[in-house]
Amino acid sequence: MQQIHLGAIDYAILIVYFGFVLGIGWFLRRYIKSSEDFFLSGRSIPTWIAGLAFLSANLGAQEVIGMGASGAKYGMMTSHFYWVGAIPAMVFVGIFMMPFYYGSRARSVPEYLKLRFDEKTRGFNAMTFAVMTVFSSGISMYALAKLLELVLGWNFHTSVVLSAIIVLAYIFLGGLTSAIYNEVLQFFLIVLGFLPLVLLGLKDLGGWSGLKEKLIPVATSAGYAPGAWSDSWRHLGSASANPMGVEWFGMVMGLGFVLSFGYWCTDFLVIQRAMAAKSMNAARRTPLIAAIPKMLFPALVIVPGMIAIALHNSRGGLLPLGADGLPNYNLAVPTLLAHYLPTGLLGLGLTALMASFMSGMAGNVTAFNTVWTYDIYQSYIKPGQSDKHYLRMGHFATVFGILLSVAAAYATTRFNNIMDMLQLVFAFVNAPLFATFLLGMFWRRSTGHGAFWGLLIGTAAAAAHHGLTLPHGGTPGLKGGFLGTVLHTYPSEMAQNFWTAIVAWTVCFLATIVISLITRPNKTDEDLKGLVYSLTPRQVDHELAWYRRPALLGVIVLGMTLVLNIIFW
Amino acid sequence: MNLDLRFPIGGMFTIVGALLTAFGLISDHAIYAKSLGINVNLWWGLVLLAFGLVMLWLAIRAGAKGAKQA
Repeated sequence: MQQIHLGAIDYAILIVYFGFVLGIGWFLRRYIKSSEDFFLSGRSIPTWIAGLAFLSANLGAQEVIGMGASGAKYGMMTSHFYWVGAIPAMVFVGIFMMPFYYGSRARSVPEYLKLRFDEKTRGFNAMTFAVMTVFSSGISMYALAKLLELVLGWNFHTSVVLSAIIVLAYIFLGGLTSAIYNEVLQFFLIVLGFLPLVLLGLKDLGGWSGLKEKLIPVATSAGYAPGAWSDSWRHLGSASANPMGVEWFGMVMGLGFVLSFGYWCTDFLVIQRAMAAKSMNAARRTPLIAAIPKMLFPALVIVPGMIAIALHNSRGGLLPLGADGLPNYNLAVPTLLAHYLPTGLLGLGLTALMASFMSGMAGNVTAFNTVWTYDIYQSYIKPGQSDKHYLRMGHFATVFGILLSVAAAYATTRFNNIMDMLQLVFAFVNAPLFATFLLGMFWRRSTGHGAFWGLLIGTAAAAAHHGLTLPHGGTPGLKGGFLGTVLHTYPSEMAQNFWTAIVAWTVCFLATIVISLITRPNKTDEDLKGLVYSLTPRQVDHELAWYRRPALLGVIVLGMTLVLNIIFW
Repeated sequence: MNLDLRFPIGGMFTIVGALLTAFGLISDHAIYAKSLGINVNLWWGLVLLAFGLVMLWLAIRAGAKGAKQA
């Protein structure tokens, strides 16, 4: 694509933003006195801030660039990643799971697993999570630097070093509070930075109906029904009727249940934001408050991708073509920024883009330093030290977490396949996790051995399923089929991933039940108080004002999501 | 918490909004051909400025209330 030249005003906006990011860290540094201040913000974050940070920590590279790319590639169906693949799980974690996470006073998700099950289950989760966060942060860094190189012509190394230093500085100074505050700042920046792009694009194409009309040739030329790019549910009857190659059952079970609940309900990266809230009620409302902007985000991140493909199709080649002759979907959003925004607003848009990458990085780094310090260092390396010692470790972990991310970013530039392989392994490890938590929280008979071996068997099942199947047109290797025989060919990679998750979850669920029943419970009912549903007093909230009642808020959020699904059916 | 987050949010958007508005007033109109002929810097700058000032006002009001109670 044509490189963008920034003017003085664009740099001025960028500098103002970085000034505020670092200023927040600098201001907060004097409030960090204990490890709990550093890792959990002293559990004192106001509800609305925790809610927006909950949303923003997940707003990493994959969101703005990836969802824009999917919007161009698959159209409105991408909204399932929000309305099916996020909102129901966010409501569930707020209403049903947060009482155990927050109420147990666990300082991290792995620590909950130790309290509920045993040491080995915690160890397994802590190690895989720590490695995963470092690599995710490295991938964000790599993607940001590559994008800046391509779009602005900035030097790759400078971008890596600069983003690393900025994220390091503000987390090192202000810990989780600083990360959370900056995530909220980034949330507003992303909304206000991308909104003009969406408004201009829609105005140019004649509004939503104009966009829909221009998407008809996109769909028909690819051999689908005219509405395939602008409807969300209508073409899910069979996998061959939509560009994603997924049918409704795989979508609802794979994405909507296993993958989405696995992420939103067990990933410490997001849960940490709710754990930092100032009270149980605030912690429970954190994901519910996050759900409201989340359900509207498709307008900000998916619609630009749809606008880009509509322009590409009707006005001739807006998007640069990749080596395979197809449009380079990952450049949909950056190309659109350059297409509509003049210098000035362009600076704001690019700042928002950088903010989204950095909030993703910072989220991973804060989750990493906590799990490293509490669940690995304090548990296995040096237990029984003073709180000061662990606070110092937290600072140190922030530095080497970032250094490892930089190393991961460079590893990605040299060995692209290694990164793809790692992501595949993480997918195997994550897929069964929600079964373990579900049984742990709602079935008091589940045991430590059951949880640990269930997780391992579930992970193995994910690998086996992937190894025995292939997506349409894929060659054996990273895409699957590496076990020699191919038992089934899926219509698309996405369908294969959804089914891998479904298999892993089901196997883990059944294996945990069977192994729990043949092993002896390792915790007494007394131990499990506050950790398991049937042994924990119910949250009483019917005397609170309606907007403070999690259950009522959950119903409202689900109702709004249902309406959105119907409107864009 | 010891820092009302609305201060930095308000401060940042007030500054960015003012910068964009000012730039919108002095910039050559030719650059707005790509934004459908609309001076988006001026208009969006004003939106950001208003957002920033409302945030600042809320923070100051809350601060005054807190001081009175204490």
